[in-house]
Amino acid sequence: MTELLLSLVSLTFVMQVLRITMPYALAAIGGVVSERSGVTNIALEGILLMGAFGAAVGAYDTDGSVVVAVGYGVAAGMVTAALYAVAVVTFQADQIVSGVAINMLAYGVTPYLLKVFYNSSSNSPKIKGFGGKLFSNPVFWLALALMVVVQLVVTRTRWGLRVRAVGDNPEAAHTLGVSVNAIRWQAVLASGALAGLGGVWLVLSGSSFVAEMSAGRGYIALAAVIMGSWRPVWACAASLLFGFAEAVENNLQTYHLGIPNELIQTFPYVLTMVTLAGFIGRSRAPGALGRPFSAR
Amino acid sequence: MKREAVTIGIALFVAALAGSLLIWFVGKSPLDVYALLLTSTWGTSYGIGQVLFKATPLILTGLSVAVAFKVGLFNIGAEGQLAIGSFATGLCGAALPAALPGPLAVALCVLAGMLAGAALAGLAGVLKTRYGAHEVINTIMLNFVASAVILWAGNAHFFVRYTTHTATISDNATLHHLGFAGSEANTSLVLALGLAAAVAYFFHRTRRGFEWRAVGHNPRAAQNAGVRIGSAVIGAMAVSGALAGAVGANYVLGYKSYYERGIGSGVGVMGIAVALLGRNHPAGIVAAALLLGTLSHGGLAVAEQVPKDLVQILQAIIILTVACVSVVRARRAHSAGAAA
Repeated sequence: MTELLLSLVSLTFVMQVLRITMPYALAAIGGVVSERSGVTNIALEGILLMGAFGAAVGAYDTDGSVVVAVGYGVAAGMVTAALYAVAVVTFQADQIVSGVAINMLAYGVTPYLLKVFYNSSSNSPKIKGFGGKLFSNPVFWLALALMVVVQLVVTRTRWGLRVRAVGDNPEAAHTLGVSVNAIRWQAVLASGALAGLGGVWLVLSGSSFVAEMSAGRGYIALAAVIMGSWRPVWACAASLLFGFAEAVENNLQTYHLGIPNELIQTFPYVLTMVTLAGFIGRSRAPGALGRPFSAR
Repeated sequence: MKREAVTIGIALFVAALAGSLLIWFVGKSPLDVYALLLTSTWGTSYGIGQVLFKATPLILTGLSVAVAFKVGLFNIGAEGQLAIGSFATGLCGAALPAALPGPLAVALCVLAGMLAGAALAGLAGVLKTRYGAHEVINTIMLNFVASAVILWAGNAHFFVRYTTHTATISDNATLHHLGFAGSEANTSLVLALGLAAAVAYFFHRTRRGFEWRAVGHNPRAAQNAGVRIGSAVIGAMAVSGALAGAVGANYVLGYKSYYERGIGSGVGVMGIAVALLGRNHPAGIVAAALLLGTLSHGGLAVAEQVPKDLVQILQAIIILTVACVSVVRARRAHSAGAAA
């Protein structure tokens, strides 16, 4: 027990928490941007997975180039998000149904391509140089910088104001001459880039693509968005809590405390449900969240 | 009716087109693959039987998703509900005394599955009414929790040593096969059709069914008319979970004769496509289940030529297209009506 507690204050543990938090936080700030514009983003899960797959393909092709991995991963995330935007912004389809369909698509396309490219249904080949030290990883610093940037963009810029306007009251924004659906398209694409980078991180810290490796993180990130009351910095803080929970879970499994490992693994999921139950209602959602807009 | 047929026609066309691209991408001929898909399903007696076998659980999960949809809820936890339900069905079947009459044994096993599914989904309903927590996130989280709980309970108590399946159920609880040249189709198909009829009756012939539909259409109006929203939401989630929980009848009582971890996985997610394609109507759901059952068994038959994930991709495209097209067509019909 003391051994466990000591391990929780070590530098290794802090680094572990940060490493696990990163994809949650990136997907969550992506979710914030999209949801502040009024578009619910259940598709985060699929975007994470596609981003991870793109990163693995890019990195493997170039023998471990981080730059190419980031480029491919972000592009894959944005393509997935574009498909989602076509459905929910252009066609104004139901956001939950379409988001679930996008996730199904990602869960189908990635193993399909895995089979075609690498003749495996479970994982891509190992990528050289991936899975190394946290602080020497440039993507870590890029992601940290992005968190600050997104916070500033959403709260302090003209574009951020427009995003918030079309999310809270699209009719008013439209009357003032803002193109609601253009802003929403941009916001969804931005969320695709951010969550796609989250997927890149999954591959970077794991050294290969594994089928279904997003493992519900997109949904948990969505819970972090709600918990952070649709503010980038607070959504990151909520992600940190989920990262902490998962790291504790990993450590609990190594120190046998009498709780069965199978049940310890449910910790992040149960925590998500508990926090959702506790935080909804106390945080205010964007006024037009989930409501499609048509100018006519 | 005609409008819906057109919507589905467009969705199938788009899916077939996208599927052709994917098949062509792996260097195979789309026409050959589609032909093989058809002959391996509806071309032989065994193929037809397998389609019915695959369609049976899809009817149940399709109904499950549709019942929640009707009340304005989105249950994407059928996956976990059918897992915990099948587990309960398997445990019940193994625990029953051999002297019990067959019909009673079957009924008890199915009931156990339905109750377990109802409890899991009902929890999401309670979280929704009590705390306003979105059922989409919670039902997905409960999928993970259900899978972990089954693994734990199984490893600790119920799985046969060195396996991930439970003990074999007693003989009197097994279901008869329907024939079809030794296919796995079994009498749980009758149960699924019966439940489809019951759901149709409930929504269109009973007072409670009318109230639930009212909640789905306009919760505020329903509340003003005296309907208790909270109990409708919890009740609908429980019924939805119970329908998914009945899936064990097909796989446990009619096929494996024990619960095995992962049995029926994927069927819960497919239920979403079934419900959407069937436009949430029981008769439509049966038809959609047959269609996706064809894809599901045909997908296995063509797995030599294309990765088996093709079927999942096609389903996702169908859902996405139906979601887009139905909105466009509804709006067009609406504006045509307004102009007239």
